Order: sequence, then C-alpha cells, then structure tokens
Amino acid sequence: MMQHVHTDPRRGLPTAPSSNIRPPIEDIKLLEPILYTGPKFYITVVCLLAVIALGVFAYMTQYREGLGVTGLGRPVYWGFYITNFVFFIGISHAGTLISAILRIVGAEWRRTITRSAEVITVMVILFGVGNILIDLGRPDRMLNVVLFGKLRSPLLWDVCSITVYLTMSTTYLYLPLIPDIAILRDYTTKHRWLYRMLALGWTGTPRQHRVLELLISVMAIVVIPVAVSVHTVVSFVFAMTIQPMWHSAIFGPYFVVGAIFSGIAALIVAMALIRWVYDLGDYLKDLHFNNLSLMLLVMCFAWFYFTGSEFLTTFYGNEPAHMGIFWMKISGPYAPHFWVMVATCFVIPVAILCNKRTRTILGAVIASICVNIGMYLERFIIVVPSLSQPRLPHAESIPYSPTWVEWSILAACFAAFTLLYVLFTKLFPIVSIWEVQEGRENSIAEVTARLKTYLPEPYVPEDKEQPIGATP
Amino acid sequence: MAKWGMVIDLDRCTACQGCVTACQAENNLPPTGAVEADRGRNYTWMEMIPFSGEGEHPKPIERLLPRPCLHCDNPPCVKVCPVGATFKNEEGIVGQIFSRCIGCRYCTTACPYTARYFNWSTPKWPAPMSDHLNPDVSIRPKGVVEKCTLCHHRLQNARDQARAENRPLRSGEYVTACAEACPAGAMVFGDMSNPESEVSKLAHSRRAFKLLEDLGTDPKVIYLREGD
Ligand code: SF4
Ligand code: SF4
Repeated sequence: MMQHVHTDPRRGLPTAPSSNIRPPIEDIKLLEPILYTGPKFYITVVCLLAVIALGVFAYMTQYREGLGVTGLGRPVYWGFYITNFVFFIGISHAGTLISAILRIVGAEWRRTITRSAEVITVMVILFGVGNILIDLGRPDRMLNVVLFGKLRSPLLWDVCSITVYLTMSTTYLYLPLIPDIAILRDYTTKHRWLYRMLALGWTGTPRQHRVLELLISVMAIVVIPVAVSVHTVVSFVFAMTIQPMWHSAIFGPYFVVGAIFSGIAALIVAMALIRWVYDLGDYLKDLHFNNLSLMLLVMCFAWFYFTGSEFLTTFYGNEPAHMGIFWMKISGPYAPHFWVMVATCFVIPVAILCNKRTRTILGAVIASICVNIGMYLERFIIVVPSLSQPRLPHAESIPYSPTWVEWSILAACFAAFTLLYVLFTKLFPIVSIWEVQEGRENSIAEVTARLKTYLPEPYVPEDKEQPIGATP
Repeated sequence: MAKWGMVIDLDRCTACQGCVTACQAENNLPPTGAVEADRGRNYTWMEMIPFSGEGEHPKPIERLLPRPCLHCDNPPCVKVCPVGATFKNEEGIVGQIFSRCIGCRYCTTACPYTARYFNWSTPKWPAPMSDHLNPDVSIRPKGVVEKCTLCHHRLQNARDQARAENRPLRSGEYVTACAEACPAGAMVFGDMSNPESEVSKLAHSRRAFKLLEDLGTDPKVIYLREGD
C-alpha cells in the first residue's frame, strides 16, 4: 500500500521521499489508527458527542438563566466548577512534567510514552481554563481581565501562568511531533495538506535534527518551573485569602504534589486504554506500567505526608474557625468524602502497588482510577467546606449539592477531553515513531557507552603474563 | 478628606430590622421568596446575624447584630478582584462597579464577613413594587456581585445639592438609609476623620469593638457593646 502512494502520479508528489526520512516500515502498527477507521471509532465519537451535547445544553441553560440553575448559593459561592478547574489543571501536570523529567535524565524507556503524556497536558488544560469561564457570572465580560487586569489578584496570576503553560506545553508537544508529521506527509495519503503545513518543511537533515533536539531539550528544562508555578498559583487562589483552612503555606507544594499524583494516575489510565484499543502491547509494555506504578506509589506517600501535615497542624493549633472546618471534614457532613478520599488516595493504591503480584497493568489501572476519584474528592473538600462555614455569620451553613447542570457539564468535560484525545490519535501517531527509530538505531550503543563511563576502568596489569598475586 | 463610617450601638438596637427593610427599599434589593432564600440566595446588604461575641463565659449573650458591609479599611475583597470591579475610594467607601464585574465571585469568598451578594438570576419585583424602585440606584443585572455601598448615591446627591447652593457639604447631610431609619437611634453615621463628629467620638468610646478585629481588616463600621 505504501508503495502505491509513492507512485501516485496524479498528486504530483515526490515519488522518492527525501532519503533522510526513514519509512516507518518497522513501526507500521503505529500508523494503523491513522490509516484505518472502523465502526468502533464512529460509535465512540457519537456517544461522546451525545454527552457533550448534554453539557452544551446545560451550559446554554445556565447562560440564559444565570448561575441560579446551579446548586451554589451564599456562602458556598464556589462548587463543582472550581473543583473541576483545580482537578483538570492538576491532571494536566503529569504529561509535560513527566515527559520533561524523563527526557532530561535520559531515561530510555520514555521513548514510547512521552507523546501520550504530553497530549494529556495540552488537551486537559483547555478544560481547566474552560471551567473557570463556565463559572463566571458574566462570561461576556471575560476580556475585562485583559482590559482592567489587576496584578494583585491571584486570579490574574493564574491567567498569566496558565497562558504561558498552555503555550509552552503545546510547543513541547509539537516539536517532537514534527519528524513524525513529515513521515505522515511522505508516506501516507490522508490529510496531506495538513501534514505538509505542520511539518514545516522537515526533511530530516542532520542540521534540522540538531536544531530540533536542542529546542526540545531547552523546552524540557524551561517547562518544569512553569509547570510547578502553575499549580502553585492555582493553590494561591485559595491560600492568599484569609479563610479558614485555605490560608496555609503548605498549599503550594501540596497542590503540586497532588497534581503530579493525579496526573500520573491519568497517564496510566490513558496508556492502558491506548494499549487496549490500538493493541500496542509491543510499545506500551509491562515495564512502562511497572515504572509508572512505582512513581504513583511514591506519590501516594508524598500525598499522605502533605495531607497528614495539613490536618495535624490545624488540629494542634486548635483555632475555632479552622476547627469548625476540620470537624466538618473528619466527622461532619463532608466525612464520607474525606474518608473515601483517604481510602482511594492512599489505602487502596498502596495495597495494590506495594505487592509485586498485584502491580500488574490491571492493578495499576484500578489504583489509578481510585486515585483520580480520590483527588477529585480532595479538591471538592478543599473548595466547599471552607466556604460552607464562614467565620460570620455563625451557625449559618447551607449545604451545597450540585444540580443536573453541574453534573452534565462535568460529564461533558470528560467526554470532550476523551474526544479530543481520540481525534489526536486518529491524526498523529500516539507513540513517537522517530524516537523509537532513533532508539533502535543509536540508543543501545549510546547506553552501552554511557554505562561504561559509570564504571571504574578495569585494572590492567602491565605484564599480561603475570598471574595475580605473584611477586615480580 | 472625609472618612465615612458608622457606629452601631448594640445597647440601643432592638433588632427590629428597620434598617434591613430600609436598605432593601433604598437599594432596590429584589425579594427572592422562601425557596430561593433557603438556598442562600436572598439579598440582604444589611443583615441581622446571630452573634455571641459578648457576655462572660459560660453564659454568652446570644443576640442579633445588624451587619452591613463593614467597609474595611484593609479590605480583603478588593485585593482579590481580578478586574478592579471592587475598590476602595479615597473617602474609605468600598464600592462596586456593576458594569465591570465579571462575576467570578472571588471577592465573595474572600470577604470574611460574607457581606457580598451575587445575582443568581435576573432580579424581578412583583407588580406594585416594580413601580416604586429607587431611580438613584442602578438595577443589577444577573451574574454580578453587589453589596452595601454605604448609600453612595446619597453622598452624590448631597454633594450636588451643596454645589448647587455653592457651599461645602454640611455634616449630617449625608446619612445612609439604615441609619436614617433606625427608630432606636442605634446607628450613627458620619465622618470618622473629624474628631469632633459624634461618630468618631463614639468609635473611641470604651464600649467600641470591631467584628473579627484580629483579622486586621480594620472595619469602619464599629459596634458598641451593651452595658455602661
Ligand atoms: S466587609 Fe467584606 S465586602 Fe465589605 S469591605 Fe470588608 S471584606 Fe469587603
Ligand atoms: S465577582 Fe466581580 S467584584 Fe468580585 S472579584 Fe469577581 S470581578 Fe471582582
């Protein structure tokens, strides 16, 4: 089939593509999702579109009637939307951060997983931002943030750092995609105009490779502080106010850790789905899941440490305003959320992942789903309880329960994210082809050479004939 | 420059809610009905809140306390607004620009007194009421935050009057609707920067206290304890 493409005279395409770009023969499997589209794809898309349509309808209702159609009120002014915002921005963390760290330390096993991680970041961040916009009472005045922006507001810090992060992580996804786009341009027939445009004239010359690799490594370094800053400022939205159990210095690192935690979990689920749907067991191997599971396990303990510190500090300090919220979470109306969170963020994943026998792909997926449920609950009980028992008026506490509008919009966000992800896999290889090719060609030699430098030079006796221990 | 503020004498206040009603009429606060009120959606710029900050342990006095926006001199709500829709002017009034607010509700979550209100839907008034709205106060659209403005429109009217008569603003010419309506004379409104004014004398009395003073918000609505 491939050959046929090259000899197609009608399109006036290069019949012999630039020799610098290797045909993806060995990795043809990675192009399958792009080349063939079965009925399953259409069914998935239709289902997802149905959920999205429900969300759009819910939002139209909200736009028309006002935020009164939600379960919000005074004093719980923020609810699901802000929780979603924190949750999605959190998930967006893993992709770029994990990929950047693995690239910097030169972990060879990264080659097949970085792309799927980076895509999560870019796609999910849109829903983080989207939820803030959905939460606005006057989305039509959104641009006031630019026209009248006040830098002393932590919300503006968010706007700035998320914009930078979105731009950078998109670039960071795009750069390693260029050689693969060139492969698609040269060796496939679909969407040629798109690939030609996006390939930016890539011909795979050594100079181009040098420039690209330089850019990627610069981006990998720069994107890390930006990623950390994003979630720190998200936490600042809460921590900068003087509200009980928000006004805490631990929030910055706590949110960053939580973000990486939920991000890794999301990545594991996404990878397992890709592996299952596109049958990519050769690329996303047990090893990858095992390594990511171990990272998730470490983050479980980090999360537990931060949560423990937060609650112990509050409890020991024993300030009435804080304690009101504390007991609401431990034994009050938010206790179910709290204890389910402890179980799903710590007890269950640790139990599964500590044991080598249960640390399988299935085990990792179950643990990851648990972690994401737990992390959603964590964000929820950060946002809502602090608001539902304000310092004044005393004794006023109106319970918050989201309405169908908020539920539909949440479901639509998940559906839209999945849809974007699926569409991405239909347009671009979800495993980086050129990096796999490069790995096969160069890495083994490179790693062997590198390994040699780790070890001390072997002692070579001057006189080879001399047996060890013999006196000269 | 004047610094407007108010003293509320809890010894005189009978919790009759005259101020609450006066505020609602003055500032075009829409009635919401029981269902919405149950969901925390009523508009009470001046609200009676249960308060147990007085009396000796173990028998604190539970009472109702009228709470407008306290026009903090160090307002946490102003700091967080991303578009400067809420601001403190040079006379100390914490104002709200309804036409600029994007409805993010950051200020409402940052105010430790929960003194800010959000328009969950387009305000509606039943038939006879809708003919008697105060033309001096703008009607807020859905999706924006509102709160006590210290009847800022009354200050503007008083200033215009003084300017028309070519004289300075006289003390007592600008009074809020709540202070004016209080039958017990429990609310005294005026210029805090003038040491001779009644309000600043009362604010320095031994009975004076501020709500949640330890937060450092420095409210310009000051309460007087019962007793003495
Ligand atoms: S009482 Fe609340 S709304 Fe009023 S100035 Fe203080 S912080 Fe702002
Ligand atoms: S709701 Fe309006 S006034 Fe309040 S912080 Fe947001 S933009 Fe500012």
